[in-house]
Amino acid sequence: MLQSIPLEYYLIISAVIFIIGSIGVITRRNAIIIFMSIELMLNAVNLTLVSFSSFLGDVSGQIFVFFVMSVAAAEAAIGLAIILALFRSKQTIYVDEVNLLKW
Amino acid sequence: MYNAVVNELIGSLGLIKPELALLVTFVVVIIADLIFKNNKVNLGLSILGTIVSGIFLIGMSGTNTSAFANLIAVDPFSEFFKYLILISTLIVLVMSEFSEELHNRDVWMGEYYMLVLGMALGMFLLAGATNLIMIYLALETMSMSSYILSGYTKEIKRSSEASLKYVIFGSLSSGIMIYGMSILFGMTGSLDLYAIQSYLAANGFFQPAIFISGLMVIAGFAYKISAVPFHFWTPDVYEGSPITITAYLSVASKAAGFAVLVRFIKLTFFDAAGSSDESWIMMNSIPWDMVLAVLAVATMTLGNIVALWQSNVKRMLAYSSIAHAGYLLMGIVVMTNTGLMSILVYFFFYLLMNFGAFIVVMLFAHKIGSEEMDDYEGIGYQAPVLASLLTLFLVSLTGLPPTAGFIGKLVLFGAVLDSGWYWLAVIGVLNSVVSLYYYAKVVRNMWLRKVDNGKGTLKFSIQSQALVMVLGIPTLVFGLFFGPIMRWAEHSVRIFLGN
Repeated sequence: MLQSIPLEYYLIISAVIFIIGSIGVITRRNAIIIFMSIELMLNAVNLTLVSFSSFLGDVSGQIFVFFVMSVAAAEAAIGLAIILALFRSKQTIYVDEVNLLKW
Repeated sequence: MYNAVVNELIGSLGLIKPELALLVTFVVVIIADLIFKNNKVNLGLSILGTIVSGIFLIGMSGTNTSAFANLIAVDPFSEFFKYLILISTLIVLVMSEFSEELHNRDVWMGEYYMLVLGMALGMFLLAGATNLIMIYLALETMSMSSYILSGYTKEIKRSSEASLKYVIFGSLSSGIMIYGMSILFGMTGSLDLYAIQSYLAANGFFQPAIFISGLMVIAGFAYKISAVPFHFWTPDVYEGSPITITAYLSVASKAAGFAVLVRFIKLTFFDAAGSSDESWIMMNSIPWDMVLAVLAVATMTLGNIVALWQSNVKRMLAYSSIAHAGYLLMGIVVMTNTGLMSILVYFFFYLLMNFGAFIVVMLFAHKIGSEEMDDYEGIGYQAPVLASLLTLFLVSLTGLPPTAGFIGKLVLFGAVLDSGWYWLAVIGVLNSVVSLYYYAKVVRNMWLRKVDNGKGTLKFSIQSQALVMVLGIPTLVFGLFFGPIMRWAEHSVRIFLGN
C-alpha cells in the first residue's frame, strides 16, 4: 500500500482531520458534537501513528494506537456520563448555556 | 530470549511495589464497598492501602534504576514526588471525612475513595514514566479519575458544570499532546525517551517538526499544571468541584504534572543538547529556556493579577495556584541542580500551606455557609484558632518570613539569580508583592472588619482543628528548620541530573 502512496499523503490527510477536529471543538456549542470532534482529533493521531509505524517498520506505533482507541472509548463514556448528569440538572447540552462559573 | 523477557518482567514487578499496593487497595475498596456498604470501612481501607504503599516506598528508598524495559524510571526524583502524592492522598482522605458537602447526600462514597486511589496510582506512574505510551496512559488514568471526582456532587449544578468543562478541555489538550507524540515518534522513530534523546543527540534537532511536536507534548503537561495559556479550566473547576478535590488537584495533580514535565524536557531535549551546555538551545533561533521563561512570567502574572478582583476565596486560591505554577516554572527554566532542588522544596512547602488554607476554607464554609470573602468579616473573633492558622497559611503563600513559604521562595529566587536570570527574578518578586494584596484582603476581613459583629463563637470539632494544626505547625517549623528538607531534595535531584 505504502509503496504506491507516499507517506506525505497520509500525514497531510491526518493533519487536515486533526485541524477539522480542533476547529469543531472550538466552534461547536453542542457538547456531544464537541466530543465527536475530539474523537476526530484522536483518529487523526491514530492515522499518523499507523502510517509512521508502517513507514518505519516499527510496530510500537501500532501498539500505541490500541491504547489510544481504548482510552478514547473510556473518555467518551465518562464524557457522556457527565453530559447526562448535567442534562438532568440543567436540561441542556449546549455549552454556552452552561455558564454559572465565569471570571 | 523469551526467558530473559519474562525474568525482566518479574524483576520489574518488585520495583513497582508501591504502585501495586495502591492497585490492590483500589480493587479491595470496590469489593468492600459492595459487601459492607460502610463509608468508615472504605475510608479505613483506603488509608491502610496508602500507608502500606508508603512503607514499600520507604523500603525502596535510594533505588535508581529502570523498570519494564525503560517504561518507568524508579529513581530518587520520582520517589520525592511519590511521597508528596502519598501525603496529599492521606490528607485528602482524612479531609473528606470532615466534608459535609460530600457526606450530606444519599450516595455511597465507595467510588469516591476508589477514584482518589485511582488518581494516586496514575500520578505515581506519571512521576516515573519514561516512555510516551506510559506517559499518555498514566496521564489519562489520572485525568479520568479527576473528571469524575470534580463532578462527584452531581446534584449541585456548578459541580457538574465544572466537570463538563474539565473533561472538554482535558480531552482537547490530551488530543493535542498525543498528536505531538505521534509526530515525535515519526521523526525520531521511537517512543522511548532515552532512544529519542540519543536520536536527537546524534542527528541534531534543528527541525521545525520536532520543535512543534515538543511544544504540543508540553502543552499537554502545561494543562495539568495549569500554566497560561492552558489555564482556562482551572478557576471554574476549582470553584465548582468539591473542595477536597480542589485541594487535591491544586497540589498532587500539579506535582505529577511537574514531575513529568521536568523529566520529559530533561531527558529529550536537555540531555540531548549536552547537559554541560548552560543555555540549552533547541533550535538555531529559538532558545528553549526562553520559551519556558515567557510561559512562567505569563502564568504568574495572569494568576496574580486576576486573583486581585476575586470575591470567592476558593476561586482566589485557584488563581493563586496558577501563580504558584508560574513561580515553579522558573525552576525548570534554570534546569540546574539548585533549580530543580528549589522546585522540590517549594512543592513540599506548597503542599502544607495550600492544603491548610483549603481545609480552613472548607471548615468555615460548613459554619457560615459561604466561601465569599465578604462573609469572612469578623470571623477572626468567632473562630480565633482557625482564623490564626488561615492567616499563617496565607502569609506563607505570600512568602513572608518566618514561614515555610518564605524559605521556598528564597531558594527558588536564589536559584534563578544564580544562573543569571535577573529580570526573571525581579518579575517573580514583583509578583509576590502583588499577591500580598489579595491574601491580605482575606486577613483584613477576618481580623479588622466588624470586630464585634455580635455573633457567637463558632464551634469546631477537635479532630478537624487537629488536622489543620498538623499542617500549620510544620509550616511554621520548616520556616526555621528547613535543613532536612533541603538536603532530601538536593539528594533526590543530584542523582537525577547525574552529577
